[in-house]
Formats: sequence, C-alpha cells, structure tokens
Amino acid sequence: MGLEEKLPSGFLLSTVEQVAGWARKNSVWPATFGLACCAIELMSTGGPKHDLARFGMERASASPRQADLMIVAGRLSQKMAPVLRQIYDQMAEPKWVIAMGVCASSGGMFNNYAIVQGVDHVVPVDIYLPGCPPRPEMLIDSIVKLHDKIQNMKFGAHRAKQIDELELQALRTLPLIDQGTAK
Amino acid sequence: MGLTDWLNPVKGFGVTFHTMFKKVETVNYPEEKRPTAPRFHGRHQLNRWPDGLEKCVGCELCAWACPADAIYVEGADNTETERYSPGERYGRTYQINYLRCILCGLCIEACPTRALTMTNEYELADSTRESLIYTKEMLLAPLGPGMEAPPHAMRLGETEEDYYRLGRNNG
Repeated sequence: MGLEEKLPSGFLLSTVEQVAGWARKNSVWPATFGLACCAIELMSTGGPKHDLARFGMERASASPRQADLMIVAGRLSQKMAPVLRQIYDQMAEPKWVIAMGVCASSGGMFNNYAIVQGVDHVVPVDIYLPGCPPRPEMLIDSIVKLHDKIQNMKFGAHRAKQIDELELQALRTLPLIDQGTAK
Repeated sequence: MGLTDWLNPVKGFGVTFHTMFKKVETVNYPEEKRPTAPRFHGRHQLNRWPDGLEKCVGCELCAWACPADAIYVEGADNTETERYSPGERYGRTYQINYLRCILCGLCIEACPTRALTMTNEYELADSTRESLIYTKEMLLAPLGPGMEAPPHAMRLGETEEDYYRLGRNNG
C-alpha cells in the first residue's frame, strides 16, 4: 500500500498501526446498501435522535469508489447478488462489511430459493447484526464493535501474520454439533 | 421590500445562530443508554423456579411456533438422580440462532410454563455466525439468592403440581 506497509516490524510499526487505526475508525464513510426494511432503521440512525455524524459517518457516499464500509441492510435476493458483488469490488481497500439484520446475516425468516442465505455467500462479512430490524442503538453498537476491529488492524508483516492466525482459527472451529458439550 | 431589505440576510443568519443554542434531541448512544419499553422484545431468557430448577419442560412448543425456525430443542427425561426440572421432562438441548430469530415473541406466547421470556437486552452484534447461536447455558437465567444449580431434587414440594400451584408471585 503505502510507506506504512514497508516499515520494519517493531515499536515504530505498532505506533503507526495505532495512529492509523484511530484515524481510519474516526472517519468511516458508509456505502449504504439499503435493500429492504433494515434500510429504514439505517436512515433513522442517520437522523437527529441517533446521529451517525457523531462517528464521522455523515457522508454516506452513494459512490462505492469513495466508501469504506458497506452496510448491507435488508434481504439480498438472488437477482441482486451479482450487483452486490460488483459494488463491493468497486470499493477501495481497506473496506469492511456489516451484515445488518437477520436477512443479510443468514437469510433470516426467508429460508427459500429466492433469498441468498446470508450475504457472506457473496462478500466477506466483518460484523453480523441480528434483529428484525435492529434498533438504531444496535446498529451503533455494531459500528462501535467494528471500530474496535479497525483500531486493531495491523500493517505489513504483522498483517500477514494476523491473516494467517485468523485463517487457522477459522479452519479449526468445529460446527456446533461437534463441539461435544454444546447443550 | 423597502429600506430595510438589507437586514434580511442578517435575519437568516440570526436563525442559524439561534439554532446553535437550542437543545438537541440526540441521544449519545454508547455513553447514554436510554432504557427500553418494559415489554421490549430483546434477547431470550430461560427462567428458573425459586429453588434453582429450570422451568423448561422440553415440550418444543416454542420451536414449533417459531416462524423463522430459529429454535432447536431436545427434550430428555428427568431421573431421580438427575433432575433438572420438576416433572417428567426437561430441555436437554436448547439453542436459539439469533441470526434467524426475528424477535417476534411467538415463542414466548407459546411457552406453557413461562420458562421462555424476553429480556430488554439488545446488544447482540458479533463477528462470526457460530457465536450468534446461543446455547442453553447462555440463555439460562442467572442463579438468584437461595437458588442451587440443578441437578437436584425438588425442594419446593413433592410433585410438579406443587410447583405450578405456587402462584404468580411465588414462582
């Protein structure tokens, strides 16, 4: 990416990571992908009572080229899936995805052939947010949790190691039914 | 129209200036959390009797009522040595998938023992799909004063009928 990627790992890189993480999280521009009912709660989260502008997110860019965070709000139908992927591909790195609502996270109550059963079939998701629709406070809570993730993102050599660790952890997780003591 | 027209932009700026000092409606969410309505549909909770036994009898009515098919229940028999609820059966496996649950409350309406109720908790977002399938341990109500974790024998009566007749205020 830039100069910060090439810094040798050590104290300087970790300081740069903290500063860059802080800068990135305070100005996340959402590319609101409002599909269905969750979009209404998304709109009201931008309204005066729960103000997304407090988090630096008032400039919701309609253009994905200038967006950081894609909030998939609502049911994704099979017909809309390639469009979602195209918009996601048009976003520049670093980018994050919040699956807002049960329909975006897992298909929700629409367990049928027309709705994609979770947008993680199409794009990689960072935060899953349950609710039908989630309250504005729940959306803000998920954005705060995403901010923690963004603050702790690593650069350069650290990032490669972090990616390897996350992948190994994901490969090792057993499904719930095999986790033995699950009740 | 007239001599004082040049004052109009000043009046406009005056409105802006006045708005700067008005009280705002914004609720600063993570720092200020307003309480939700008393019967708000939040995260579920599996309740207990006053001695610690679980109210859930593993009847699976909640799973059948759920429109999103988000609940998975397996019932099992209580034995005299391992008793989790008063009566014959208890819920051995109880899972709610919060990524399917639409928080409608039909399961609470279906529960015959009022074992399943909804709390006012709504901060449920997480980063993996697996962590949002809540198992029985995560859903059980915490142990209150005077409660002992099951399995143990019935303490408040001889049969389950004594438990059910405790009344709304004692049970």
